[in-house]
Amino acid sequence: MIKKRIIPCLDVKDGVVVKGVQFKGLREIGDPVELAKRYNALGADELVFLDISATQTGNALMLDVIRKTARELFIPMTIGGGLKAISDISDVLNAGADKVSLNSAALRNPDLINETSEKFGAQCICIAIDAKWEEAEQDWFCYTHGGKQKTDIRTLDWVKEVEVRGAGELLVTSMDYDGMQQGFDHVLLSKIQDLVSIPVIASGGAGSAEDFVSLFLETNVSAGLAASIFHDEDVTIQSVKDLCDKKGVPVRHV
Amino acid sequence: MIAIVDYGLGNIANLTNALNYLGYTVNVTNNIDELEAADQIILPGVGHFKDAMARLDDLDLVPELIRLKETKPFIGICLGMQLLFESSEEGDVKGLDFLPGVVKKMTCQLPVPHLGWNKLNADLPSLDEDVYFIHSYKVHTEENVVATAEYEDKVVAIVQKDNIIGIQFHPEKSGDKGLQILNQALKGGFNQ
Repeated sequence: MIKKRIIPCLDVKDGVVVKGVQFKGLREIGDPVELAKRYNALGADELVFLDISATQTGNALMLDVIRKTARELFIPMTIGGGLKAISDISDVLNAGADKVSLNSAALRNPDLINETSEKFGAQCICIAIDAKWEEAEQDWFCYTHGGKQKTDIRTLDWVKEVEVRGAGELLVTSMDYDGMQQGFDHVLLSKIQDLVSIPVIASGGAGSAEDFVSLFLETNVSAGLAASIFHDEDVTIQSVKDLCDKKGVPVRHV
Repeated sequence: MIAIVDYGLGNIANLTNALNYLGYTVNVTNNIDELEAADQIILPGVGHFKDAMARLDDLDLVPELIRLKETKPFIGICLGMQLLFESSEEGDVKGLDFLPGVVKKMTCQLPVPHLGWNKLNADLPSLDEDVYFIHSYKVHTEENVVATAEYEDKVVAIVQKDNIIGIQFHPEKSGDKGLQILNQALKGGFNQ
């Protein structure tokens, strides 16, 4: 039986791991390679690095982080943040990433999904979506630039489009729930997983081991992602998996 | 020395990293003399079956691979395993035809690609592990099956016929257990 994946996300700025709370107020928390190794030993099923550097120097440092991590870590690694051109994607895959996550660039230029999926294979194209509920429109909309800019694109339309264009996986962050540590957005995530047949990684809102268990019991998503709670060791991956065991959610043990 | 067949498809960096970590010397090459000089051959691959066969054809590697598989341990990983079979629905083309069986698109209610950690079912206790899969097509064969996984239906995960081994999942991405399985494949495989 396929296991539900627990994925820590490391936001990397200029080669150092940081994490924003609701995308604001960044704080430094450590060396990405060391953190990656620690998470591997602790039972992470996969790692996501989001490069939030805004400079070329920062991006070059990221490639270095990927190379160093890939030499010592043998679980899947997804890289996102600031990837715009096929050459950027090629660079991170060659450095040792297994998947790339595309967000703003895909919204701006949807053909990029088709091109990269054809060139590198659907299995390494993860489309990241920052979704926020719009009360006036009674619908979710996609945001770009780390959640700073609203687009006119409705999230539920976009997920269907990216699947057709060749995405292999979705990473959906609920901006309404992100940083609140009150649990995942089951309504949004269930709607999305019902609309697509590719796997969905849920992100935004995890505050406890129970939140992961409810996510997996109440939705069909394939994976749950979190950052701060794991970095701060408020919640350990092991405690999440132990509770999953108890509640009958299949997970992998190292 | 292990030769990884370089035909422009596949995350060769990570396979090389894993083999180096295990202490092997690796040569990523499509040069016929260098392939000939290797102790073992690994055929990697991600992407499209048809594209992969076309690239092997363009590099004139198909007759070489057919010859090499007669004399050397030969391991296909992921798409590299699928290429070992007769044909694929993906592009509707013939494969290398080293092993009996065909490759078909996965059809199931669960998400496709089959992506994530899944448990191997095998007679060998050393294969009783969770490993990392990512694929949308799968091999249909009744022969030479060493391990399977359950994903609504049965997924053929490892095959072996004498010196030829196919691994559908990514042992280089399946943690320490995956590296052990990769090492076992390189040390002669799974047939007792």
